[in-house]
Amino acid sequence: MKGFLFLKLFLRDFKKQRKKITLTTLAIAWGTFSIVMLLAFGEGLNKQLTKANHGLGEGIVIIWGGQTTMPYQGLGKGRRINFTEEDVELLKARIPEIKNVGGEYTRWEVPMSYGKNSVTEMITGLYPCYEEMRSHYPDKGGRFINELDLQYKKRVVFLGNGLKERLLGKEEAVGKTIIINNIPFTVIGVMQDKLQMGAYGEPDKDKASIPATTFKTIWGYKYFNNLVYQIKDLERAEEVKKEVYKVLGVKHKFNPEDERALSIWDVIENEKVFNKVMLGISIFMGIIGGMTLLIAGIGVANIMYATVKQRTREIGIKMALGAKKKDIMSQFILESLIIAFLGGGVGIVLTSIVVKILQAIPIESEGLQFLGKPTISWGIMIITIIILGMVGLFSGFFPSRKAASVNPVESLRYE
Amino acid sequence: MIEMKNIKKIYTIGEMRVEALRGIDLDIKKNEFISIMGPSGSGKSTLMNLLGCLDTPTEGEYLLEGERVANLHHNRLAEIRNQKIGFVFQSFNLLPYATAFENVEIPLIFRGTASRMRKQKAEELLEKVGLKDRMNHKPTELSGGEMQRVSIARALVNDPSIILADEPTGNLDSISGGEIIEVFVDLWKQGHTIAVITHDKDIAVRTQKIVKLKDGRVVDGGSSL
Ligand SMILES: Nc1ncnc2c1ncn2[C@@H]1O[C@H](COP(=O)(O)OP(=O)(O)OP(=O)(O)O)[C@@H](O)[C@H]1O
Ligand SMILES: [Mg+2]
Repeated sequence: MKGFLFLKLFLRDFKKQRKKITLTTLAIAWGTFSIVMLLAFGEGLNKQLTKANHGLGEGIVIIWGGQTTMPYQGLGKGRRINFTEEDVELLKARIPEIKNVGGEYTRWEVPMSYGKNSVTEMITGLYPCYEEMRSHYPDKGGRFINELDLQYKKRVVFLGNGLKERLLGKEEAVGKTIIINNIPFTVIGVMQDKLQMGAYGEPDKDKASIPATTFKTIWGYKYFNNLVYQIKDLERAEEVKKEVYKVLGVKHKFNPEDERALSIWDVIENEKVFNKVMLGISIFMGIIGGMTLLIAGIGVANIMYATVKQRTREIGIKMALGAKKKDIMSQFILESLIIAFLGGGVGIVLTSIVVKILQAIPIESEGLQFLGKPTISWGIMIITIIILGMVGLFSGFFPSRKAASVNPVESLRYE
Repeated sequence: MIEMKNIKKIYTIGEMRVEALRGIDLDIKKNEFISIMGPSGSGKSTLMNLLGCLDTPTEGEYLLEGERVANLHHNRLAEIRNQKIGFVFQSFNLLPYATAFENVEIPLIFRGTASRMRKQKAEELLEKVGLKDRMNHKPTELSGGEMQRVSIARALVNDPSIILADEPTGNLDSISGGEIIEVFVDLWKQGHTIAVITHDKDIAVRTQKIVKLKDGRVVDGGSSL
């Protein structure tokens, strides 16, 4: 009840100070705008980069055979390690933590043509699991390589969307025949457009994929270029990696400690590092925004100090009428809190509008695509509100202490 | 009701010591109407600030309704000012942006009185000082005499034990000053205890007792004119 009375008294006094309040409110609004904007851009960037990271695949590890550098079980060093079907089957059988595993054959500069268009691009021989592992999702109306294609060594091809553009233009691709290495292939699907950050070989959108078995019959490769596996539980990535080393070590007779025997690209690990970097960037941006608000907060405090000075007589009157120190203080704290949240509100609304506008603008350029769109999340809102509350409290607290220490006798003495 | 014994108040400004009060003995009884006179700088306002618990004495003993005021916590002093003291100032000291009604309401707000009671009390007192129809006017829209009536209503709103007025007519012309004195006389007749500081003999003669100060001492503590 008493709190409500103070609100009334406060609002009465508050209305008097409109001009000043407007100014400080704007300062806080600006501070809030910049902090929320920074965080929103950080969030957008994070989202986009995460997506781009997943363009290569989520929870995957890519392994190339290397060269041994340690003698092992009577075998000398310098042996090459190469992978075949057997290795894939072995990993599948031995390590239940692995969700998908497959090998891929790779060939560079393969001539492909459709009508008058011809290009020379990379081609890979893949297994159906690559659809999920390496995000080779087909666009509507198409499909990825399946078990039957594999079994019957079908002459079918799954095109990267960039490659498809170059070969077929805007034309519908599925069902069309293209010539690869002088052999006709039927297009079964075109990859959905995706953001891809990392790549080994060509980016996925610029290559063609055919069934691994078909690839093998045409070019007669004995070994995979590399293996890819995807794990079920991201938390256990390290254990699985060790296990893979062990299993392959036994099979190929290399020391599991021999790091060079295999060459590994741990996309999972990379993403963890990436997430840490992003967190760092977010914190950094938050700190910059926070500093802006801090400066705005100092502005509020300054104005409150000036207000205290201006209102000394009024404070003296209130004290003579029975105001306690805390009554005087709460007025100033409440006032700066209101200014902080008023300004914060304006800032947040402003940011939301700008973010909405930015989100509505389509992004064509590839570079900008990685920048992403600013996004205001609940986390950002909560952080902003907490910071605003603290700014309000601190910028009100010190002036309010000064107000409470006004000597009523002094302040009433001068007419 | 009020007992002061050997009250001293010394201000120190840097190296300078100003002995504003040099040992005051003063008794004010319930329903007494006294005036305090003395030349400028004699310590009248200082004495009133001590009486009103706005300040504490450097030395001496002050009992207000039996309560030793000297070492009380600032919160208790605020409560005493709120509930036992009614101040009336020379320059009114109304909040300029609040209406007459709102000004009278303020002590009730600090006391935590409920809204309905506040409204009733504030209206009742504004009526008592003859300003019921001016309730919603701001101080700038009121004459000096009217402003002083508002401040008297404000002083009375928490039924104080004593009304302390520091030159309440000092800023008024003689007619409205005279009216204000009549208000005080009426209040005294209704049972209020009042101490009024004044330079004006015409006012002093209306009180029961005149206390004369000089150089921070009581030179005449109770002669009636
Ligand atoms: N806060 C203060 N600091 C220093 N000296 C003060 C202070 N307040 C009052 N004094 C001094 O104490 C003495 C008494 O002052 P006080 O205001 O009580 O006089 P007064 O009788 O009310 O005078 P007046 O009739 O002019 O109002 C004066 O010499 C004054 O200068
Ligand atoms: Mg004085």
